Amino acid sequence: MKTVFKIGLVLAFVLAGVSAQATDTLNGAGASFPYPVYSAWAYNYHKATGIQLNYQSIGSGGGIRQITNRTVEFGASDAPQTPEFLKKNNLLQFPAVMGGVVLVVNIKGVKAGQMHLDADAVCKIFLGEITYWDDAKIKSMNPELTLPHKMITVVHRSDGSGTTAIFTTYLSQACSAWNDKVGHGTSVKWPVGIGGKGNEGVANYVRRSGNSIGYVEFAYAKQNKLAYTLLKNPSGHFVAPNFKTFEDAAATGDFEPGKDFYLWLVNAKGENAWPIAGATFILLAKEKKEADMKTVKFYDWAFKHGDKKAKELVYIPLPESLKNKIRAYWKDHGIY
Amino acid sequence: MTPSTKKNPIDLLFAVLTAVSSLSIILLIAGILVVLVFESSLAIHKFGVFKFIFTIDWDPVRKIFGAASTLYGTMVTTVLSMLIAIPVAVGIAVFITEIAPDFLKGPIGVTIELLAAIPSIIYGMWGLFTLAPIMANYIEPALQATLGKLPLFSILFKGTPMGIDLLTASVILSIMIIPFTASISRDAFNLTPEVVKESAYALGATKWEVVKNVVIPYSKLGVFGGCVLSMGRAIGETMAVAFVLGNNHQITSSLLNAAATITVSLANEFTEADSDIYLSSLFYLALVLFVLSFITLFIAKLFLIRAERKYSR
Repeated sequence: MKTVFKIGLVLAFVLAGVSAQATDTLNGAGASFPYPVYSAWAYNYHKATGIQLNYQSIGSGGGIRQITNRTVEFGASDAPQTPEFLKKNNLLQFPAVMGGVVLVVNIKGVKAGQMHLDADAVCKIFLGEITYWDDAKIKSMNPELTLPHKMITVVHRSDGSGTTAIFTTYLSQACSAWNDKVGHGTSVKWPVGIGGKGNEGVANYVRRSGNSIGYVEFAYAKQNKLAYTLLKNPSGHFVAPNFKTFEDAAATGDFEPGKDFYLWLVNAKGENAWPIAGATFILLAKEKKEADMKTVKFYDWAFKHGDKKAKELVYIPLPESLKNKIRAYWKDHGIY
Repeated sequence: MTPSTKKNPIDLLFAVLTAVSSLSIILLIAGILVVLVFESSLAIHKFGVFKFIFTIDWDPVRKIFGAASTLYGTMVTTVLSMLIAIPVAVGIAVFITEIAPDFLKGPIGVTIELLAAIPSIIYGMWGLFTLAPIMANYIEPALQATLGKLPLFSILFKGTPMGIDLLTASVILSIMIIPFTASISRDAFNLTPEVVKESAYALGATKWEVVKNVVIPYSKLGVFGGCVLSMGRAIGETMAVAFVLGNNHQITSSLLNAAATITVSLANEFTEADSDIYLSSLFYLALVLFVLSFITLFIAKLFLIRAERKYSR
């Protein structure tokens, strides 16, 4: 037993020494939503350059706190931080990759892509004002579906999450009643419904309870083949969630370098834009140029070589025009 | 053996080592308390003590935070799980010590202890994917059809059974605390002197009478200790309930409604708490839980000491 302990101790020292010597690691922390794609990129980046990315997916809140306290080289957040906040904490911000939120339903006889909903209906359902599936409003949008006279079970997230932030921002912008009564944030005070932990929790309750509706990340809905709905976007078209409609949203979104790309990508103007999308962001410490350049190098590499991998994992790569805007932003701040 | 007056160095070292280990625990607890108070100072300033404890609202968007709903959830799940667990655990202990044939004692004992070794996240996943559907489809409708029809019980079983509720969480908790209560009760029962039991049998007592009149009175302190220990576990348990309680900040009379406990709120909301007052309020919740556990353990200890005194007279 004693020898085992000694060997362990020696090993620990050796390992500690090795990791201390390896200066070519990049430390980041934050949002859990982009973790799969960051680690896939990091794996390929390590193969290509020998630089290792050490990313802890501790949640956006933790990522923001860690970069504010300068304990990591970059932080990651699902919610864009306002220019005022960034200025106060001397931070830079740019988007890295995008995702979206889709509504999924479980009603007998309704398949994926059949249910049509507009923002007002979604808002009223989540406010508890529309309580039955055969409500006149829903029926008028879905003349070809036979909807049951059954109570709607609303399923939302029980844990704080960027997905909830994007979804509630969409509702707040699309309907004033939601904005007045509930508002938006990583967790809100839900008027109705039951809470599931994580995407898998929401999907599980939607699948199980019947006559239910919930919201999950696009990637999760796609990989698990859930019955997503169509949504009416601000330009008046019903759109289905897919790469094309997300890319359209990204292309028409107004990402402004002057505002550190602060933008909620909801209700985008494009004709075929999916209305509930969002970018996930990287935060850098303004005064630490050397560390920033390391981070920027990684994301520049990912912008060039990572799109295919991102799509494989059902993330939406940034459009080329936005990537160029980000590169110009880096240059302006002297870190590219 | 009388302790030697001349201290040899090994003895001294040993004494110092043990003293340091014990003192470090006190320091650790004090350190945790200091950090909790420090981190929650913002929320303490803003909401005060009584207002925080008696406010039901928990609205991160409007930055109004109160502990009433989570305190309620914590207490209901703890009490309910103890109500389910204690009879079962005592039954198990009685069976193992008094009734089971020798070849069964070992396997049952080991199985019970294995139950304690299962990580709580496993209970959580199992609860979400297996227990919750069973509760929603069979047990809860059955309860509504029977107990729910009685006048007083009806308010406990109102609503649509979804399986994400106080009852399911309590059932999972009870399964988690049974091993603690059972193994401590078993050890306590085993301490009953054989002579006393045999005398009772010799007087013509049945097994039931021996257990009721000899074993349980003799070892009730030990059983009580086991219950206190498991209560501590139930108050603080997090992952197992986080999956099946829904984290709805509300006070509800129905056991078939979603609710929140302090630990569940912490686990669900800590990572994404985006404003200072939000984070500080979560720390404040943790502080409330810390004090709550301290008070319950203190009261339990008080009872234990009193009972011990009465008993030794």
